[in-house]
Amino acid sequence: MIARLVLNGRAREVEVRPNQTLLEMLRDTLGVFDVKEGCDEGVCGVCTVLLDGRPASSCLVLAAALRGRAVTTLRGIERDGGLHPLQEAFVRHGAVQCGFCTPGMLLTVLALLEHEPRPDRPAIRAALEGNLCRCTGYAKIVDAVEAYVRADGGRDG
Amino acid sequence: MADAVRTREALRIVGRPVARHDARDKVTAATAYAADWALPGMLHAAVLRSPYPSARIVKLETARAAAMPGVAVVLTAKDVPRNTVSTDVPGQTTAVGPLRATLHVLAEDRVRHQGEPVALVAADTLELAQAAVDAIDVEYETTPGVFTPEAALAPGAPPVHPTGNLLAQWRIARGDVARALAGAAVVVEGEYTTQLVDAAYLEPESGVAWVDSDGVITIRLSTQVIEHFRDVAEVLQVPQNRVRVIGTYLGGGFGGKEDVTVEAYLGLLALKTGRPVKMVWTRQESLLARAKRHPYRLRYRTGAAATGEIVAQQIELLADAGAYAYLSALVLLYSTVTAAGPYRVPAVAVDARVAYTNNPPTSAMRGFGAMQTVFAYESQLDRVARRLGMDPVEIRRVNALRRGDTLPVGQVIETHVALPELAERAWAALGPPAPSRAPHVKIGRGLACNFQPYGRIVWLHDWASAWVGFEMDGSLVVRCGCPDVGGGQAASLCQIAAEVLGVGLERISVHVSDSALTPLAGTTTASRQLYMSGNAVLKTARELRAQLLTVAASILKTGVDDLDVEQERVVARDGRTLALPDLLRECARAGVPRSHLGVYHAPAGEPVDLARGSGKVFPDYTFGAHAAEVEVDTETGVVRVRAYAAAHDVGRAINPQSVEGQIQGGAVQGLGYGLMEEVVVENGINLTTSFSTYLIPTAADVPDVAPIVVESGEGLGPFNARGIGEPPIGPPAAAIANAIEDATGARLTRLPITAERVARALGLLDEG
Repeated sequence: MIARLVLNGRAREVEVRPNQTLLEMLRDTLGVFDVKEGCDEGVCGVCTVLLDGRPASSCLVLAAALRGRAVTTLRGIERDGGLHPLQEAFVRHGAVQCGFCTPGMLLTVLALLEHEPRPDRPAIRAALEGNLCRCTGYAKIVDAVEAYVRADGGRDG
Repeated sequence: MADAVRTREALRIVGRPVARHDARDKVTAATAYAADWALPGMLHAAVLRSPYPSARIVKLETARAAAMPGVAVVLTAKDVPRNTVSTDVPGQTTAVGPLRATLHVLAEDRVRHQGEPVALVAADTLELAQAAVDAIDVEYETTPGVFTPEAALAPGAPPVHPTGNLLAQWRIARGDVARALAGAAVVVEGEYTTQLVDAAYLEPESGVAWVDSDGVITIRLSTQVIEHFRDVAEVLQVPQNRVRVIGTYLGGGFGGKEDVTVEAYLGLLALKTGRPVKMVWTRQESLLARAKRHPYRLRYRTGAAATGEIVAQQIELLADAGAYAYLSALVLLYSTVTAAGPYRVPAVAVDARVAYTNNPPTSAMRGFGAMQTVFAYESQLDRVARRLGMDPVEIRRVNALRRGDTLPVGQVIETHVALPELAERAWAALGPPAPSRAPHVKIGRGLACNFQPYGRIVWLHDWASAWVGFEMDGSLVVRCGCPDVGGGQAASLCQIAAEVLGVGLERISVHVSDSALTPLAGTTTASRQLYMSGNAVLKTARELRAQLLTVAASILKTGVDDLDVEQERVVARDGRTLALPDLLRECARAGVPRSHLGVYHAPAGEPVDLARGSGKVFPDYTFGAHAAEVEVDTETGVVRVRAYAAAHDVGRAINPQSVEGQIQGGAVQGLGYGLMEEVVVENGINLTTSFSTYLIPTAADVPDVAPIVVESGEGLGPFNARGIGEPPIGPPAAAIANAIEDATGARLTRLPITAERVARALGLLDEG
């Protein structure tokens, strides 16, 4: 079957199996390794992508059902070849340890800020509930998001 | 202390919260984890695992599976050149005497736990490999199993192994415990139960292997121990120098990637097929098959004088090793040595046993036996304090170890013990008590301290090596076989090299974790890498600096002691400078090496006879104190942690931001252990093999942990640092239990402390 999607701004048509997930298509067929695989059942948030701007677990989405929707992975948020300011904030505030959850975390935060540009700490924590992290204890991730928001890095940052 | 402060002021890069190079790579997903790797013609591998916890294999036919189109090979035990892998002490040290532990690579005539590997398949696609696994014709005849250590040690229990079910026993006897208990003002008795727990890192076990163009079997995987290349070579029956392990930056380890995971399978399949092979465990497989943290039953009798001074501890520990030994004997040793806590206790008796069962195997996990004991000894101390009406900080101050004290095992504490300061600061950090939001919601506070060894047992004669060298343009290369599990191991090595050699961090490339191309540095376990590889890089960089400055001194016609290196220049006391590239060219001309290989040997010792309390077991310890404020809903039993502070004396923080991250992350893992995590096993069957049933803390489950970094300037690591990887996971469960008693008067003694257990303890549910 053919999956149609707009991947990080580029229209793509990809030959897929009927039962192939978006995650499998990205990693196994297209070699898009900036999406990680953690649990394959939609619990850990490691495989998060933005689907028309909303966070989604790519392990739960059938590739063939995309029908032209926009898929954004971490590579899709970089600016002018440089880091997005939210990425800078994660680096500066020690929000990254093993880094396996980081791509999904970043995308979830960006989606949060789209509809809630000034979240407080509880709101940030609530938004990250679907993205597990086993290393950081979350505090520095929340610190990074807060600092980014405070630096006016919100919607237009 | 004064010395430490003065030295810190003189430091340029060490001690600063600099951004880690790997963090930059990780936020852009440039980091290629083990599964982010593919080679042309690559096969995909899958494992057939036993569905039964105890069974004989009566039939194992692979012909049908092997004949399926796209299937490259199917392997069983008879195809493995040497079907035994040693699992006792991974790494570069081997002198473990009676602790030798082994494992079949693939099951032979019987299986001893659910998930035990029976056969391997490699095929063109993962789907084909899984289909071939399903097509293997295997029949089992189930046999009686044992599923608790008590049952395993009962007379007539079915033996898990021919050697019997008692895997190891350690004893400590110091002073006259019976007499001290008889004379104590208070005696508190308690029995505590800790649960089976999974490392639950987000990156499953994974790797890719290929036979490289030089014939070397190369395995690129997520591992805490690249020295397993030797174990793979033994399995394959090839010389050790024909196997290379490339360790990737890990997506978490926590001890779960200390034992062999995918590497022996990958080596076998690559060798048999001649093609690249990839193996990635599913989450279910990871939760099913990987060794876990030991559940313990801990029985304590603690006697104290009216002053609060502990006079005796009588301790009985029983742990569940599961079906194979792995590192259980050593885990139990850590429990034995730490059982009486970081306190002066004149009379101590410990009887510690670990038994084989047909449960999932247990082995290393963050804390390594020194964390289960914290729950017991800190619960006991809290109960003593309550009986005596003492403040929790005060009873710890009264009892805290001091430099020069002797542990029950006979080891003398040689460094500063900051415990009273840590306890005070953690307790004070909770701030003024918050009001309860409703009459049925009770607020309480708890304190718990711990000590955790860092560095390996001294009789393992630990060492680490590193190579440091300049390129001709003055940029620096650091090579060290240290796996980076995400704690900033590699970045800390850069900071140390930059400090000594006067180059900026942006001018350093660090290569880690390659058994062929980086000097071996041992395991990233036991909170040892900053201590060991850090010392190796420090020593190597200092020797390289001396080597280069000798040449610079002759050029500048001054003494070596009058020279410093900063910003890639040699600077003389009189202000003259020599650019590093000029010095390096002169070194090349004069035949003086611009690189250096150095080895750091940890202080070594001989095995101790525990019962005689004869000496040193660990190089040193890291001390900590955590304080928690909880609210308990007395109508539902739900516990919420409102505030949490965690203080540790890290000697010196090489990177304070990384240290805080270890403390916060470790404390939250400890809160998961205390409140929610449990691998549920019924008659050997794991019922929690997904992240929807094995629950770890989410961002919404835990508060901000306030990290308190204390730098006593006393530690055995570089610049007097202590290890901080494991220590923060120890105190949380006890701090929570103590806070719950403070709030409600109910004492919880079984982990995890779920709402249901709290409700039972509060009498809200019928017993049963």
